[in-house]
Amino acid sequence: MNPALLNPELATFSRILVLVALTIYVIAFLVLATSLSNRARATQKDQTAAALRIENIGLILAGLATVVHFAGVLTRGIAAHRVPWANMYEFSISGAFVVSAIYLLALFFKDIRFIATFVIGFVVLVIGSANTLFYVQVESLMPALQDYWLVIHVSVAILGTAFFTIAAAVAALLIAKSGKSKSKLLKVFPDVEKLEKLSYQFNVIGFILWTFTLIAGAIWADKAWHRFWGWDTKEVWTFIIWTIYAAYLHATTTRGWEGKKAAWLTLIGFSAVIFNFTIVNLFFKGLHVYSGL
Amino acid sequence: MASSRQSKYKVRKEYNEPIEAPDLTVRSWLRWIWKQLTSMKIALFLLLLLAAAAIPGSIYPQRSADPNGVALYFKNNPDLAKLLDSMQLFDVYASSWFSAIYLLLFISLIGCLLPRIAVHYRALRELPPAPPTNLSRLPVYKKATTENPNFDAAYVFLEENKYRTVVTRDIDSQELLEIRAEKGYLRETGNLIFHISLVGVLISVALGGALSFNGQRVLVEGDTFVNNRAAYDSFTPGLLFNENQLAPFSMRLDQFSITYDYINPANYAKPLDFRANVTTNVVDNQTQELIRVNEPIALPNAKVYLTGNGFAPEIVVRDPSGNVTFSGPVVFLPQDANMTSLGVVKVPDAPKQFGMMAFFYPTVGKLSTGALTSTHPYPFDPVMTINVYVGDLGLEKGLNNNIYELETHSLKQIAGGKSGTKALKLLPGEKVNLPGGLGSVEFKSLKRFASLDITYNPMDIWVLITVIITFFGLILMLLIPRRRIWVKRTATGVEVGALAKSRDESLERIVTEITKNLKKKSK
Repeated sequence: MNPALLNPELATFSRILVLVALTIYVIAFLVLATSLSNRARATQKDQTAAALRIENIGLILAGLATVVHFAGVLTRGIAAHRVPWANMYEFSISGAFVVSAIYLLALFFKDIRFIATFVIGFVVLVIGSANTLFYVQVESLMPALQDYWLVIHVSVAILGTAFFTIAAAVAALLIAKSGKSKSKLLKVFPDVEKLEKLSYQFNVIGFILWTFTLIAGAIWADKAWHRFWGWDTKEVWTFIIWTIYAAYLHATTTRGWEGKKAAWLTLIGFSAVIFNFTIVNLFFKGLHVYSGL
Repeated sequence: MASSRQSKYKVRKEYNEPIEAPDLTVRSWLRWIWKQLTSMKIALFLLLLLAAAAIPGSIYPQRSADPNGVALYFKNNPDLAKLLDSMQLFDVYASSWFSAIYLLLFISLIGCLLPRIAVHYRALRELPPAPPTNLSRLPVYKKATTENPNFDAAYVFLEENKYRTVVTRDIDSQELLEIRAEKGYLRETGNLIFHISLVGVLISVALGGALSFNGQRVLVEGDTFVNNRAAYDSFTPGLLFNENQLAPFSMRLDQFSITYDYINPANYAKPLDFRANVTTNVVDNQTQELIRVNEPIALPNAKVYLTGNGFAPEIVVRDPSGNVTFSGPVVFLPQDANMTSLGVVKVPDAPKQFGMMAFFYPTVGKLSTGALTSTHPYPFDPVMTINVYVGDLGLEKGLNNNIYELETHSLKQIAGGKSGTKALKLLPGEKVNLPGGLGSVEFKSLKRFASLDITYNPMDIWVLITVIITFFGLILMLLIPRRRIWVKRTATGVEVGALAKSRDESLERIVTEITKNLKKKSK
């Protein structure tokens, strides 16, 4: 087997593209936040309409950032001669791209503009930490990762995480909204019932994708680690996340548990997802030692 | 269901066998417990409890995944380790408390499933139920005041959309009075399939654990492994494993090779490929095969995985008269990324027992302290250094049985370290005299070894099948909407009511669609 020639110059260019995307995301975030606060303060119809126009600008900027971001992720992959998700930096930039892309695509089917600020804010946070905390140069894959299951298992995990992220943003609003706060800002968001529905729908897709991630991971583990399940720390947390979201799905059909309580389960589940990606990746001993740090 | 049970119970108590009252109490308690256990709230609670109970297994090292970590924990915190061990915190996933939670969960699941299977079986064969008296109480309700509602169009719409329908007609005019429609039975079918096959997964995993085995073997180039229990370095059988399950085959490691990257500065000298070329022999059928990471090979009742590798220098020890007292490749355990390796040779059959602790540096370099190190994992400039220890190795007493370790504190060091004599230094092919008139040692050649994992789980395929079925059940159960729709003629026009078993975005739209059809002009 001859090693593929890496392209560090292209990787540097990719990093610049990602940083350009980050800059545009930050601007988009500020524009969207302005629109949100304008809407909260709006007392007349034309003020609301003006705020919505600003929101449109924010979303167009977010779209532009996503396109540049995609170019950044793509060039990273080309520079490394493989899929751009083999270490923490790459998981983060690819994951953030998928969150943003799924969100913008979902806008064509569902009116979820109201969480734009939060989703784009999250994307900014992820790219920012990827660039400052997780950055590594392009390297070739270690033998354990040279498998087509890397493409399937990880991409679906990232996709599932994107859906969970959007659901969690909606769930957080649901909790805020069903609280006692009379903030004007909260009036901008849809009613609790609508939020519940949206959060549920994104969680359902997330859960299906997460289940697939778990199954694909087990099939790969059987190939790579001679057992399909061995309670490796990452497997443990994947299982914990799966169980929390399974509990969430049961909660939505249990009297007394739907609504706010189920939304809390969404947030607990999502915290476990983030914990699994950060703390478990970086500090827990296990077989999934692919942070590259 | 619950109320009918209640009444039966009363009847028995009052008229039949009042003496049995205590028994009935026990029974009613059991019934109460069963009812609680199979309730959704308990299932929810058990699920969350299971998630929480899994956490400690990621914090403390587990015997199944990381036995060395457990040993280290015992060494560093002996008291705490004992306490944790008494709570089975090093065996979380086999612990009684973790098992109790998931077994309760599965009992709850089965208790919930059985009546649901019966209900669903009936529902599948029944026609959609009669409408509730007050349609306006349904989640989606619309009223259309048309003089002549087009029931036929609504009926055609429902039929075209694959609803199961039943209609009521006026006896005289044969006009439609009511439509009952239902769709999405697959949702509950999927739900049942999901949960039943989840039980299947659990059974397959449990049976697999009992019927499987897992063994390790370190194989040096040129050596042959003949499949039998004694040939394994370590062997972990399941509870029901029978040694007859070990199929007759043999496997020789012909060559082990590694591809290093020398062209990319970013991963310079990193291994990119490990290849174990083997010749397998199954019932006199010889085959050349290649084992790589992620590419195990399948042999009868066994899968062979490549899990590690290292150097195995061939060492020959002779006594002062030239008789060979030790000869063979010695497996050296790698200590760092550049493959500085440590090996142990014990020579109990010499006139004077002695042991050697040897370091192997594939590409030798010198640290600023003067100590040797390896600067590259490939043997460009291989050197071996040997420390020699004399004294009773204690092999008869059961000491020093670990072939990778030399217990040196009861031995006297006569070469290397602070012994006053320099450690012996050998290049491949070289031979030097041992100090203290012990004879000589020769570094005859350099070989590599491969660590192989050999496992067999006859239930693997069933785990896979049940898991795939579970997944399809999940998709049906979450994505197919179950809807009931009723269309009813009233004095003033027509009413449409709809009910969904899940959060159903489209219900509103569908009802609007039906009312539109009702308002269509009849042909």
